[in-house]
Amino acid sequence: MSGPSTYQPTNPALQWIEKRLPIIGLVHSSFIAYPTPRNLNYWWTFGGILSFMLGVQIVTGVILAMHYTPHVDMAFNSVESIVRDVNYGWLLRYLHSNGASMFFIAVYIHMLRGLYYGSYKAPREVLWILGVIIYLLMMATGFMGYVLPWGQMSFWGATVITNLFSAIPYVGESIVTLLWGGYSVGNPTLNRFFSLHYLLPFVIAGVVVLHVWALHVAGQNNPAGVEPKTEKDMVPFTPYATIKDGFGIVCFMIFYAWFVFYIPNYLGDPDNYIMANPGVTPAHIVPEWYYLPFYAILRSIPSKLGGVIAMFSAIIVLAFLPWLDTAKTRSSKYRPLAKQFFWMFVVVAVLLGWLGGKPAEGIYIIAGRVLTFCYFAYFLIVLPILSRIETPRAVPNSIADDVLAKYGKKAASAIVALVLAGGLMAGGAQSAKAADEHGGPTPPSLSWSFAGPFGKFDRGALQRGYKVYKEVCSTCHSMSLIHFRNLADEGGPGFSAAQALAVASEIKVQDGPNDAGDMFERPGRLADPFPKPFPNENAARAANGGAYPPDLSLMAKARNYDRGFPQFVFDFFTQFQEKGPNYIDALLQGYVDAPKDFALPPGAYYNRFFPGHAIKMPKPISDDQVTYDDGTPQKVENYAKDVSTFLMWTAEPHLEARKRIGLQVMVFLIIFAFLMYFTKKKVWANAH
Amino acid sequence: MTTTSSAEHTRRDFLFVATGAVAAVGAAAAVWPLISQMNPDASTIAAGAPIEVDLAPIAEGQDIKVFWRGKPIYIMNRTKKQVEEARAVPVSSLPDPQTDQARVKEGHDQWLVVIGICTHLGCIPIAHEGAYDGFFCPCHGSVYDTSGRIRQGPAPLNLPIPPYAFVSDTKIKIG
Repeated sequence: MSGPSTYQPTNPALQWIEKRLPIIGLVHSSFIAYPTPRNLNYWWTFGGILSFMLGVQIVTGVILAMHYTPHVDMAFNSVESIVRDVNYGWLLRYLHSNGASMFFIAVYIHMLRGLYYGSYKAPREVLWILGVIIYLLMMATGFMGYVLPWGQMSFWGATVITNLFSAIPYVGESIVTLLWGGYSVGNPTLNRFFSLHYLLPFVIAGVVVLHVWALHVAGQNNPAGVEPKTEKDMVPFTPYATIKDGFGIVCFMIFYAWFVFYIPNYLGDPDNYIMANPGVTPAHIVPEWYYLPFYAILRSIPSKLGGVIAMFSAIIVLAFLPWLDTAKTRSSKYRPLAKQFFWMFVVVAVLLGWLGGKPAEGIYIIAGRVLTFCYFAYFLIVLPILSRIETPRAVPNSIADDVLAKYGKKAASAIVALVLAGGLMAGGAQSAKAADEHGGPTPPSLSWSFAGPFGKFDRGALQRGYKVYKEVCSTCHSMSLIHFRNLADEGGPGFSAAQALAVASEIKVQDGPNDAGDMFERPGRLADPFPKPFPNENAARAANGGAYPPDLSLMAKARNYDRGFPQFVFDFFTQFQEKGPNYIDALLQGYVDAPKDFALPPGAYYNRFFPGHAIKMPKPISDDQVTYDDGTPQKVENYAKDVSTFLMWTAEPHLEARKRIGLQVMVFLIIFAFLMYFTKKKVWANAH
Repeated sequence: MTTTSSAEHTRRDFLFVATGAVAAVGAAAAVWPLISQMNPDASTIAAGAPIEVDLAPIAEGQDIKVFWRGKPIYIMNRTKKQVEEARAVPVSSLPDPQTDQARVKEGHDQWLVVIGICTHLGCIPIAHEGAYDGFFCPCHGSVYDTSGRIRQGPAPLNLPIPPYAFVSDTKIKIG
């Protein structure tokens, strides 16, 4: 992208095109002949990884938009029907939702790499600022995308974030009304967010083109931070950088696939599996993990406007970095003090992220203020002073010298540090969600047949669980996302189509109107959803002492409890995803007599595992209440376990397919990564 | 690079080809779900299950239109005259030769059940119109007879017959 190319294709047809539109020459000079420093390390592959992730997000996003309905009454269910009914819909949705997190992980590493190696310094200031713009656009896109599933966190996240603008003096309220298109977050808000969420990725792609253009004009920085002097310092982009980036991308895909296929909801919030309810705010509002450091800064300032200004400043300050750090030496490798402060800054940022997931109370507020000060001090005090007082070590004469010099292998320990830091941050978010649900022992972790990488549902348990649901739960709880046809689905309770139809035809469904304009009743069909116990929410409340028995379709993914540090770090590796079933199982067995000092409200029952202990649901099941035909003891503990298994299936009906395909993908990617590694070694053998 | 032996060349070439081949397989496998998602989803397939239609209210000479899988199905209770007209035509003179007997169920000769979508470009023909007392497509002027066979105009084929069966004398099951 730097100036006219001298490239001439040999094919006459291509020559004809090239004379009129020199596009082949452009590609050739930008991605084939383009000289790249030969000492780049693997941190430099994150640019390629980010381009790949942008592509993945756009492709999966365009596809999801084919099936999604941006309407407050239908958005939540349309996302669920994508996951349940569309061919590979679960895969596409998990690729997209986890893809956003992967995108941010990659961008944070990319930014920290730029920070460490001084990639923002002259002549790369515009390149860096374009990067800050991309990051801002990513944040806006990620936020609006998170609103689209229209779960509880979507709705309340939208409310809280748009309310940030109400801090602006005089015009704040008008701006918020303008953003909403109404007097609260509602259908117009959802519609415009959908439109903009579709638009912004293409804007990002446009700015990425500028970013790459600026990169190819200034040339890449490198770990030594010295400008290339001779041909010997450089290698052509293809094959050297392409194969190295390719290997980096494949390794990143393994990490990505681990989330998508084995722990797809690890980074998500269980509250978002509850449909948006403008009347009830979740106990603890937490943004997605990638916003947490800024959320912590927002909350640290005891003034509404001040907090908003501080939060936005925390991002904007990055754009001024080239003028805050005026040190001549680029790479922190040769700046002993800057290097130490860099790692302190990383720790500060991670701790801020962890705090962002904690409730804003007590020691957390003080810690938040101290760390907010540290965050800004790094940019506004430390870097300007360091550039004046620090004595850097001697930099290599040239890139070639740097390659020859043996330098320590610190990459591995840095990766470990980053993974731990990331885990800490994600876990901070997780623990926050359950933090103020004070009370109660943690539900015991049971052994589930569907846990782990080879997990499969126990068909017998699913069938017994269905029986318990049908005979007990369904008298009060609806299950609107499950249809009779699902009973015969692969990976489900294993009914035959005829058995499922027999179950369906037992119920009467109102249909119509017929030719005379009358509604009539007909037997249920496979395409019908499970019947609702009550015609509407008010009827359900009236029959249940004012409490609304929640829909059970997604219950096993919508309930959570705190696992604490460091357990949540292990959970990443052990693929622990069974909080929901553990909780449901414990809840059903958790009815005990209230302690003497516990003031039980009228109409409530004491449950050890229910947050706050006062539950409106009476003990739903006792021994021998449901007849088991297969000889399983008719005990509450078996009922609880079977119905929890059944609810896990209704929440995640394609769990078996997900884990099965996940194994295939993992085996493929690992083989491919090895091949890429050896190919890369072969290619680079000539360059070393 | 200039000093590498031919044996090394072969080994390297094999590695490159193997890596490229595995990449190609991976790309092809990744495209599969991206295409497959365009097919009808499970709820659409379930909603396309067979339907039953009661014929009792349809008087002779009348027709009704029902929808099955989003397609309009004409169910016509033909008069004696209409059936005779359909059967009097020499089959060999038709653009898409087919006897009327082949287009109805034996013993239920008065009942014509056709998918009401013009075989030209998919418009909905109007019943009881056109020169043959059958169907007339207003879009491009295709004319069908009382058996739903193409007689005139640009459409190449007869109106298709959906899969159906008589459950009883007055009830059919489509699909």
